[in-house]
Amino acid sequence: MTDTKEIKKTKYLNPYVGGVLLGLVLLSANFIAGRGLGASGAIKSVVVTTMTTVAPSSAANSGFVKEFRQSHEGNPMKTWLVFEMLGVLVGGFLSGAVAGRLKLKVEHSPKITSRKRLILALTGGVLFGFGSQLGRGCTSGAALSGMAVLSLGGFITMMAIFGTAFALAYFFRKNWI
Amino acid sequence: MIARLHDKKTITMGPLVTNGIISENLNLFLAFIIGIGFGFVLEQSGFSSSRKLAGIFYGYDTVVLKVFFTGAITCMLGLLFFSLFGWIDLSLVYINPTYLTSAIVGGIIMGAGFIIGGYCPGTSFCGAAIGKLDGLIFVGGLFIGVLIFGLGYKLWEGLYMAKNLGSPKISSVLGLSDGIFALLLILAALAMFWAAEWAEKKFPREEY
Repeated sequence: MTDTKEIKKTKYLNPYVGGVLLGLVLLSANFIAGRGLGASGAIKSVVVTTMTTVAPSSAANSGFVKEFRQSHEGNPMKTWLVFEMLGVLVGGFLSGAVAGRLKLKVEHSPKITSRKRLILALTGGVLFGFGSQLGRGCTSGAALSGMAVLSLGGFITMMAIFGTAFALAYFFRKNWI
Repeated sequence: MIARLHDKKTITMGPLVTNGIISENLNLFLAFIIGIGFGFVLEQSGFSSSRKLAGIFYGYDTVVLKVFFTGAITCMLGLLFFSLFGWIDLSLVYINPTYLTSAIVGGIIMGAGFIIGGYCPGTSFCGAAIGKLDGLIFVGGLFIGVLIFGLGYKLWEGLYMAKNLGSPKISSVLGLSDGIFALLLILAALAMFWAAEWAEKKFPREEY
């Protein structure tokens, strides 16, 4: 038991140390750019770019694109979050390389097939993508960054995300445990 | 003397971009560097594994809770102290606006996405970065979800814009000073960390 625990602690960074480091990254974002971290906003840039490229005329009339344009002039891909998320890919890759975790695989519980896991991942992604737009940000942009600047909405979104996931956990337990 | 100190403050204060201390292009470059730090810390903490992330909802792995709250509190305290020392003008820092209805409904939909898909947007990029195909597919799902929101925008615009409360701070809504609220949040986090350590002992599992 003690042995398992010791192995457990060596595989990843201590979570409290990881949390402090994450907080320092978030603090530097606020100090430098006056804004927090994010993730779903970068996807929004990609979607706006796709919509304006594929169907420029209907995109020009889209309330969604207009709303985005209000706060972002110029090329929709030249935004803070797009550059930040490119960094996340590089940082995640470097960390995986250092730790020897680079491997192509589908991670899933032995109780479900890879195919089922991928369908669930796709479904979860669609829901999270949609919800992040409605909620004006995801776990990073709305919940984590919002909480750090004491935004009321940040706390509400955080509680809604984790509360719902806890409430539904029982029904999806076979996919995880 | 006080006036001179004050002058000095206004010159060197953050946020660096808003105060015109660094250029917009340098800001984008620094966004890339900050992103590298973000991705590196998430992956090092184990956030590239959906099974590890989902552990919080079953008690066998509470890394999400620990990293998330420690991170938010570290930044919150950093901002409060920076402000106290006159290093940052908090009135120039973006505070997420609160649209009550969409914050709740959006959060509920995201929560369902979390327990079904096992990732959130940032962590799915991390998973994809180290070769997790489920992470990559989740990212594809994100694109589809945002696209659906964009294409059907008119259908949910009312919901999206409802109950705009501006950008209130939770501390002011509760009638507390920022410092007192911070203290209470730290105490709440310590209680949750204690419960988390207890849960991990009670529902032990091999780590993913």
